[in-house]
Amino acid sequence: MEYYLSLFVRAVFIDNMALTFFLGMCTFIAISKKISTAVGLGIAVVVVLGITVPVNNLIYQHLLREGALSWAGYPGVDLSFLGYLSYIGVIAALVQILEMFLDKYVPALYNALGVFLPLITVNCAILGASLFMVERDYTFAESAVFGLGAGVGWMLAITALAGVREKLKYSDVPEGLRGLGITFISVGLISLCFMSFGGIDL
Amino acid sequence: MASSKEVLFNPILDNNPIALQVLGICSALAVTVSMANTLVMCAAVTAVTAFSSLFISLLRNHMPSSIRIIVQMTIIASLVIVVDQLLQAYAFAISKTLSVFVGLIITNCIVLGRAEGFAMQNGPWLSFVDGIGNGLGYSALLVSVALIREPLGAGTLMGYEILPTVNNGGWYVPNGLMLLAPSAFFIIGLLIWALRSWKREQVESADYEIAENIQYREAH
Repeated sequence: MEYYLSLFVRAVFIDNMALTFFLGMCTFIAISKKISTAVGLGIAVVVVLGITVPVNNLIYQHLLREGALSWAGYPGVDLSFLGYLSYIGVIAALVQILEMFLDKYVPALYNALGVFLPLITVNCAILGASLFMVERDYTFAESAVFGLGAGVGWMLAITALAGVREKLKYSDVPEGLRGLGITFISVGLISLCFMSFGGIDL
Repeated sequence: MASSKEVLFNPILDNNPIALQVLGICSALAVTVSMANTLVMCAAVTAVTAFSSLFISLLRNHMPSSIRIIVQMTIIASLVIVVDQLLQAYAFAISKTLSVFVGLIITNCIVLGRAEGFAMQNGPWLSFVDGIGNGLGYSALLVSVALIREPLGAGTLMGYEILPTVNNGGWYVPNGLMLLAPSAFFIIGLLIWALRSWKREQVESADYEIAENIQYREAH
């Protein structure tokens, strides 16, 4: 249990998807002007990451990795080169299913997330988490914890940035730095703050 | 109809994918710690963007629009698999340090953005050139960041020493911050500032104009 807690905290703070690996930057910068939309997008990312990483883990462990097909009578087959295609396919399909499921059974949540769900397919943080899962060779339980942690970390980062940007819009920024420029510098400062979590070991 | 030359060079300064369109920042920043990695990454992104635009443009009249995103993703993912396998075969060390970022070219917004925004409406040759142009625009920004980060962070460029560091008996004390994540954000922010001070039409309008301080003036 302690091990999983430590993995979770690492994924949220130390290996933060947005601020240390620069993943999901496009949406991170484009949709962080208001706190309410940022939180909505953040929740969608948590949900999608929490589902796709463990599912991709199952696919990797039981279909793609070297020797994974031995249950079907093909012990020597290594399909890991098909990884990218399968992961992105799984993500796109899951997002679609999630969208239809929420539309039917949880309309309140669907209306809150509506616009953001399709956007998430092309969010690098989602695919990135699956690729990290493969690279670090997580087990199923580890990948579930890692997926959730990565999502929570991303949500925390985008909410923090949205808070800063809401305050920032009343400030007098030099002309060339307006908009994108000052956003980058704020992200840099937030990322610097998150670095102080480095070295925490549970 | 825009000429090939315009399509090729516009994205480098006037319509830079990173600095103006805010596309493709995701997988880019983490690789700029060293120049060699950056160049490999730029070549990979340029190749994928150019060829995906070419193939998508060739297929554009045969794709039902309801499933076009899936078709585009499949084309892009297949191209990235080819690039990844090539890198693993011929440059294994670099492919190890780039780790997940080669795979992340799939979700690089530049690739899909150009496919959706340009290749779906234009012929194969122009789309191919547009892909190369946007790849070069991306490369230009990445190379400038790497050009600042590697020498200041490690005293080297492409692995050759240019600022002799204190550890090797020289005079330069390496700035460790340059090797960490935040410096990339600061450098890109400043580069955007520099670019917009030069090309003034790219400046964004302010959300709120600050009124002049009347009380202050009346008081004096």
